[in-house]
This record gives sequence, C-alpha cells and structure tokens, in this order.
Amino acid sequence: MSSNTSTLENLKSIAKECRIDILNMLEKAASGHPGGSLSAIDIIVALFFSEMKMDPKNPFWEDRDRFILSKGHGVPALYAVLSQKGVIPKEELSTLRQINSRIQGHPDRAMLPFVEASTGSLGQGLSIAQGIAMGLKLQKKEQKVFCLLGDGETQEGQIWETAMSAPKFKLNNLIVFLDNNNGQIDGHVEEVMDLNPIAEKWRAFNWAVQEIDGHNFEEILGALAKAKQEKEKPSFIWAKTVKGKGVSFMENNIGWHGVAPNKEQLEKAINEIRGAKS
Amino acid sequence: MSDKATRDSFGEVIKQLGSEFKNIVVLDADLSVSTKSVTFAKAFPDRFFQMGIAEQNMIGTAAGLSFTGFVPFACSFGAFLAGRYETIRVSVGYSKANVKLVGTHSGLGIGDDGYTQMGLEDLNVLRSIPGMTLLNPADDVTTRAAVRWAATNEGPVYLRLTRQKLPALHKSESDFKVGKGIVLKEGKGLALFGTASTVVECLKASEALQDKTPWVVDFHTIKPIDRELIKRVASNSKVIITVEDHQVIGGLGTAVAEVLAEEGCSSKLIRLGVQDCYGESGDPKALYDKYGFSAKAVVEKANHALKNIL
Repeated sequence: MSSNTSTLENLKSIAKECRIDILNMLEKAASGHPGGSLSAIDIIVALFFSEMKMDPKNPFWEDRDRFILSKGHGVPALYAVLSQKGVIPKEELSTLRQINSRIQGHPDRAMLPFVEASTGSLGQGLSIAQGIAMGLKLQKKEQKVFCLLGDGETQEGQIWETAMSAPKFKLNNLIVFLDNNNGQIDGHVEEVMDLNPIAEKWRAFNWAVQEIDGHNFEEILGALAKAKQEKEKPSFIWAKTVKGKGVSFMENNIGWHGVAPNKEQLEKAINEIRGAKS
Repeated sequence: MSDKATRDSFGEVIKQLGSEFKNIVVLDADLSVSTKSVTFAKAFPDRFFQMGIAEQNMIGTAAGLSFTGFVPFACSFGAFLAGRYETIRVSVGYSKANVKLVGTHSGLGIGDDGYTQMGLEDLNVLRSIPGMTLLNPADDVTTRAAVRWAATNEGPVYLRLTRQKLPALHKSESDFKVGKGIVLKEGKGLALFGTASTVVECLKASEALQDKTPWVVDFHTIKPIDRELIKRVASNSKVIITVEDHQVIGGLGTAVAEVLAEEGCSSKLIRLGVQDCYGESGDPKALYDKYGFSAKAVVEKANHALKNIL
C-alpha cells in the first residue's frame, strides 16, 4: 500500500513539531517520560492526522473514532498531538504536571476532550478500549477504536485477559499497536521479563498480527489500511520502535525512560530534531 | 411474602429493567447462575457479555461500555470484585465511569463454601473510592429499589447482595431512599443499627429487649452514610450497636464511628461483625452465633453494655 508522498512528508513534519513540543513540556515540568513519548509519537501522529475521524471543535461527536493511550506515561505525545490539532492551546502545554492544570502527569479523561480513558496504572486501557469497541458494535456503528500499548505494559496479566476476550467478541473494530521500544524502568524488556515470541503469542490468541517499523509512516498507514479489512479478528500491530527516537543521546538509553532534559540538553535535542532530514 | 435471597430479587428486577431500558447491558465472569444475572442473559443475549473467569477485564470492559452510553452491570461474588481494587480505582472511580458493580455472596451468610468465597472486606475497600455509592439492601423490595436507582442514576455503584434468603421487612420500594436509613422502630436509650442480613437480627433482638425500647434502623446505604439520622438517634441513645456481616473494620460500624466522633456524640458504640479475623465454612446461623452478631449475641451485648453504663 503506497501512500501519497505529500501526506508522508506532512506527517513527518508534524511529528518533528510534536517531538519539540514534548521535550519543551518535559523540560518545563522537570519530570516526565521522554523515551516512551518519542517512541510512540509517530504512531499517534499517523492516527490523528491521517486515519481517525474526529472534529477538534466537537469532541463528543458520536461518530468519532477513539484513541486509548493505554501506556499512560507516554501522554506528552498525546498532548503534543492534541495541541497540533488545536484541541489544547499551545501555551497550556507548559502547565504539564503543575497544580490546577488539565495537563496531568498521566491522562485524565474527566479533564480533557479526546482523552478517552484515564490510564497510567498499566494494563487497564486495553480492557476499556475493548468495552468501547463492544459498545460501538452493539450500536451498529462503523467507527474504529485504536489502542496503544507499551511493551513493558504487556507484562500485566489484565492485558492477556483482554487478549483472550477480544477475538471471542469478533472485535474487528479494535486495532491495537504495541510500542515495542524494548525499554522499561528497570532495564531492557527482554531482561526484565521477556515478551518473546511476541507475534506468535498474539496469533495464538487469534489476533490478526502485523509487524512494522513504528517510525515509518508508510508502514504505519499500510498496516492500518490492512487492519481495517479484517472481517472478524481484532488487529495487533507490532511496531518496532526506538526509545527516545529522534534525539541521538536519548535513543535506546534506558536512563531517559523517566527523566526530563535540562535546558542545555533541550537545546541540543531541538537543534538535532530541526536539523534532521525529514 | 416468602423469604428471598437479594440476589434472586436482583435477577428478577434486572430482567424487568432490561425491557424498560435498552441501554442496560450485563457482564458476568462465569458466575451468572450464582449471581442470577443469567435471567438477563436468557432474555437479552445480545446485551449480555460472558467474560469468563477474568474479573479485572470485565470491570475495565464495563467502563468502556459506559463510555459509549450503556449502563453496564458487572456481576461476580463481592469478594472477587473487591479483589480487583486497582481496576475499580482507576478504570471506574477515577474515570467517573457509570458502572454498576454487583457483588453477591456477601459475608459469612454464604455458609458452606468458606472464607475465600465470602465478601467480608468489600465494603471496606470500596468505601475508599471517591464518588462510589455503596448499597447493601436487606430485603426484596429494597433490593428492587436499589437496582432501579442504580440503573437510572449516573455514577459508580457497588450493590452488595446475599446468597441466603432474607425475610421481607419493608412495604414498598418507595421506603428506599439512597443515603437515608429506614427507621423500623423509634426508640430511646438503646439503638440497633443493621445492614442487609443483620437487620432481621436487630429486629429479633429488639423483641427480647423490648423493655430497653431500642431503635432499629436499616442502613441500606453505607456510603453516603445517613449522618443526620445517626445524630438524631445518638441524641437520645446511651448505647448504639452496629451489626454487620462484614469486617467491623471499614463497614457500617466504622462509618457510624466516624460520624459519632466527628459530631461529638457521647453514645457508647459497640461494633458487632467479623472481628478482624477470617471466616470459615459452616451453617450460616451457627456462624452468626459463633462470630457474635446473631440476634442472641446482640441481646447479650446490649444487656451487658447497658448494665455497665448505668
């Protein structure tokens, strides 16, 4: 599936801006999770700018597609995208993690539109996404539910309860991405608690499994197009990603899981992102 | 009116409500025959979801269903629901999800199956969830009213039901108002507060304690607790005895203690229930005696307390 070149260039350029917004937010807050926000951002940009039906001015439009960020700590990526969409004023992003702000450290659905679930206690978002997908099916609606999982998150048992139940309910309107950046707080995922073989496990649970590079927009959009053709199975898109993607000194460095950049590091990172060939 | 388990009342009324409200859905985790959600499952198979033995996934799924406008009732034994505290805390409580948790098999009253199946700490842990209403009805009509209230009011609810049969105590569904205790006997000097299966124990005890003119109150709502009624009763009662088939930590007794202390009431409080220990298998009536919250135990405690105070 080839996508329009200008679409791909546009997505790359939006993702660049989002990366810069993420790092600015985190530097200002002096805390948060850069590694997993930067690994997830390309998938979230692709969803919000090329895939999902949504109207930024009408957040509770019944026919909108839904996005559930199950790995709640990656929420700066979602805030950056919602800001680019005009849902969150850009200046409000700098209130991340501050008192009296809507821009909570982890997503709170009661505070912000398009934050469809309150997550951060890992393993819960997929069940919620499943419930929404079941509700939409019951209402005979066509919308899709997209859910983004962290790889470390799939060590939670609740994930596997949903892995078992979603195929039973034939939720072909549920499309799940795994942000497989292979890093979690205590080390590499493979060392902390190995998930392999990933594709075989989800296939054995009866999901339609695809494997992509989670930073390649053509592959992300291609996988989405294919997932939407599924007649019965829910889709599991195994996205191989790089923790801290786009900032060389953060890439694949577990130390950047939950540490914010200082001013100097921020400047270096932004220069690198701006200078990168898109 | 014959005795009836409140889980049976639930099974009947949820089916009625299912035809009345098309947005009601029911989920169960392989206990639909025991929770009685099976009546709904048979009548409305499209709106019933069998989730298998996976309670946390059931609870999270119920939250998601509520976000598309459905009113989900998620059913299991109370012990197994409350055990999924973290999912309830975030996916239901913090998320302000309009989910109704139905926990049957409350307390020692289940009898033979023993401790692991008994909901004995469910009120305690769920009372700490901000915004959650806790209902623990004592008979058929108030259970019907409680289910109807849960179905038609926004917000998370925990409905605690019994396996064992209970006698009819109340006349009509309109006796039930969430957050308002039902005074069965006005009294003076002594007060007996029951909830669910222990209201009838309080009533029986009150017969033997007739000369002590006890209040008898049904606290079907544990949260929000009826503060005004507790103050009113305390104003003329030297001794208040709470009776519950639940740990004395965190249930009715604790809720009443908080009000008495905060309001500066001088009544002596005695909390009967499971005294910070585990339950066991046995005949329910014998268990109520052994663990000290049968009508007989209430009478003994009341006489002892009043003698020592005077």
